[in-house]
Amino acid sequence: MEHIIYPLLGGILIGLSSSFMLGGLGRITGISGIVAMSMSKPTKENNWRYAFLAGLLLGGFAIFRIRPDLFNYSLDYPWVQVIVAGLFVGYGTRLGSGCTSGHGVCGLARFSKRSLIATILFMSFGMITVALKGVLL
Amino acid sequence: MKGTLIAFLAGVMFAVGLVVSGMTNPEIVTGFLDIFGEWNYSLAFVMGGALLVNVIAFKVILSKPKPLCETQHYLPTNKLVDKKLVVGSILFGVGWGALGVCPGPGLVNLMTFEPTAVGFIVSMLVGMEIFNWTKKVWE
Repeated sequence: MEHIIYPLLGGILIGLSSSFMLGGLGRITGISGIVAMSMSKPTKENNWRYAFLAGLLLGGFAIFRIRPDLFNYSLDYPWVQVIVAGLFVGYGTRLGSGCTSGHGVCGLARFSKRSLIATILFMSFGMITVALKGVLL
Repeated sequence: MKGTLIAFLAGVMFAVGLVVSGMTNPEIVTGFLDIFGEWNYSLAFVMGGALLVNVIAFKVILSKPKPLCETQHYLPTNKLVDKKLVVGSILFGVGWGALGVCPGPGLVNLMTFEPTAVGFIVSMLVGMEIFNWTKKVWE
């Protein structure tokens, strides 16, 4: 059961977080968009984005300090893989206006056709990439 | 002020959710995407759990004229399925599958200060900047 309970619990927390964002601020919790907008010239308009990112980063830091065992996985991948993945994720999420959070978690919940198509595409091409990696590497 | 506090707490909650769910572990994410191999379906429950909450909560929230701390809802207005959406989502999928990290988990992993975790976020920001330079190509 454990392998289902934690993902479900985590998913519910992610849902509650994005529902608080919509209910409190009327905003879609799209992390790639929040990051990109936060990188532009500082404005008061962006305050909620800075606050969300601060919470995400400090929250991550706090869990890492309190429960390092939850981070007992390797992030040590070949640099080529890390850099190529980062570039594709950064470019792709801007061009496609969203990532797993904005399209996957929020867009699908409001039955957006764009988000449904985006989610099907990034899931499918994620699967194809993993399959190709298995064949080629 | 109240809105800023809500956003901060939502950010903390999002981080906890990502770590608890397993989304921050590239091996689990890659296992979820590996449908032709030894498929690890557990992450389907992350999206399931999040959507379960959001489908109901969004419906209630959007039936109200405005959110708690603002005068209006700020929803995306673009309804067009265009080349940008399609190509962008494909590129994102390739990048996601290549390492098993999407933006939220990438930011949480940044807090481990592992060199590759920092490298991923720097590359992601560079990718976003390259998009800004090449934006006109897609118009």
